[in-house]
Amino acid sequence: MSQAVLDRLSAQLGERVLETSDAFGDYEATVAVKDWAEVAQFLRDDEDLQMDHFIDLTAIDYPERKSARFDVTLMVRSSVNGQRIRIRTHVKEGEKPDTLSTIWMGANWAEREVFDMFGIEFKDHPDLRRILLYEEFIGHPLRKDYPIDKAQPLVPYREVADIVKLPPFGIEEGQPFARIDWEARLGGGDHQVSPAIGVQQGQRRTLSDSEAAQQIQERIDARMAAEAAAAKAAQASPAPEEGSKE
Amino acid sequence: MEPADELLNDQASLELDADPMRLNMGPSHPAMHGTIRMVMDLDGENLVNLDVQPGYLHRGFEKSCERGTWAQVFPYADRLNYVSPMLNNVGWSLAVEKLLDIEVPERCQYYRVVLGELSRIADHFTCNGASAMELGAFTPFLWLLKVRDWVWDILERETGARMTHSFGRIGGMAAPPTPNFKDDVRQLIPELFKVVKETEIMLLRNRIFLDRMQGVGVLTKEQALSYGCTGPVARSAGIPYDVRKDHPYLVYDRFDFDVPIGEDGDNWDRFMVRLEEIRQSIRIIEQALEQMPDEGPVNVDDPRIVYPEKQSVYTTIEATIAHFKLVMEGLRVPKGEVYSFTEGGNGELGFHIVSDGSGTPYRVRVRPPCWYNLAASREMLLGGMIADIIPTFGSVNMIGGECDR
Repeated sequence: MSQAVLDRLSAQLGERVLETSDAFGDYEATVAVKDWAEVAQFLRDDEDLQMDHFIDLTAIDYPERKSARFDVTLMVRSSVNGQRIRIRTHVKEGEKPDTLSTIWMGANWAEREVFDMFGIEFKDHPDLRRILLYEEFIGHPLRKDYPIDKAQPLVPYREVADIVKLPPFGIEEGQPFARIDWEARLGGGDHQVSPAIGVQQGQRRTLSDSEAAQQIQERIDARMAAEAAAAKAAQASPAPEEGSKE
Repeated sequence: MEPADELLNDQASLELDADPMRLNMGPSHPAMHGTIRMVMDLDGENLVNLDVQPGYLHRGFEKSCERGTWAQVFPYADRLNYVSPMLNNVGWSLAVEKLLDIEVPERCQYYRVVLGELSRIADHFTCNGASAMELGAFTPFLWLLKVRDWVWDILERETGARMTHSFGRIGGMAAPPTPNFKDDVRQLIPELFKVVKETEIMLLRNRIFLDRMQGVGVLTKEQALSYGCTGPVARSAGIPYDVRKDHPYLVYDRFDFDVPIGEDGDNWDRFMVRLEEIRQSIRIIEQALEQMPDEGPVNVDDPRIVYPEKQSVYTTIEATIAHFKLVMEGLRVPKGEVYSFTEGGNGELGFHIVSDGSGTPYRVRVRPPCWYNLAASREMLLGGMIADIIPTFGSVNMIGGECDR
């Protein structure tokens, strides 16, 4: 950051630079809201300044201040000469600064976040939606009068038009007791579907958990018996070669 | 001509749906590591429109900071970029120290540099490894993560925790370096070089990897500047901006290191810039270990800022009171407003803090590097193919904790 930038700004804007500061080595100029976009444009386009690198845009809430509630600050940097500057403006409740997203693309998201968190709207912003929070959120949480422990109401499912959910995603999403349709499978079919889906489509009744468990147990018993028989047969015949195992 | 194409030609009346298809990717999707949602309009496999929607990991970091003490921000700061938490710790320390107008002792500055650079190496290892893994190269991922674990072993020995250290303190560090610190790091350095070399051997001449990385996800220099990109994303686009070089903090002005920059701003450049930065970080660590004093205090000598020693807290009334007041009321930070910025794993990590003179921050704004890098990812992805989202998004290295705060 540098004094040269402040001097150049003062030379160009004169009285319209309301205040300058160099506290802690952060050079800063305060301008009125109506000059906000003009100053930003000047910072980027002036040949001496060439502030083409967007750094940050944020807001600070002072609810007790009578003159204007919010401070909006912008930080930019020049990739040509490496200088930095912070520009500040005081924004009243309901006042709308001009958007800077036409000057630096990065301001788009930064302004959306300021809108989301502070409720400051930016004039002519191309896409002023909430960005970190969801659209049903009530209030703006970084305002000082937003209690930190405030709860938000539950949001009902959004109705989305023109979307038909196909099985296995339906009204009863999630996994039922088993995804294998044992009734169909034991009847000779081999359907890898949930029994609940069959009921939704009006084809089969659902097996109760105990019924399903019983049938599974029967299958396990049958399989163990088959394996025991196979092992007995293998004992009778000569052992298979080592290489055949893979 | 393929038989299937001939079939299509025969059926001249066959109507294909030519409208763009809207596809929703995320927030829980293997390619969207972190949680993020992308709503895209697809023309075939090409992206014609894209809306990137962050916010699924929003925990109210900035609001939470406004109700604790200044020191209580450290655990939150850990969880910003949770891949390189030490860099966030140091960033927050430096911000408050700038407001307090104090400078930590030299030994502590070197200590912070070494720990921070180790964190940066871990960060870049993770990002590059994950990028490779998502393109099917699993071995480099495992090798890089193996070495990242060795880095974390050192950090664990120093701080007591592998990831969320909470090791920074205002006016110093929680503890001085352990006696074996320098030897441990020096022993690790050849291993780091070795694994970087191995990664290069495995990946840099792999046709599949090259095709997926080169010329994909291009970000021009003008776009990178306008979007506010910093860190490896900006450097790969040809912007030689590194906070360590341009605005040296701690003792970075005493080291000899290079800032690698790319030319094309594509995935390949981002990958290579990170790989080279690992080497430069190792160079910094080597020099820092050489210059770091073995003796001397780590914390500033000011009982209004630094906690008294535990031993004296339990044995003397003065230290008990000092400790109580520092913990319960927090240290008083003079009224003022500063913006302090450091080079995080992904770029300029800024803390814009406002103090009203009390023991609690009035406003804490984090300038997360990921946030603007992610905003620019729209430019990288638009016009490309849907499969390119995976390497491009990986090379942007969006960290949910930092991006959504």
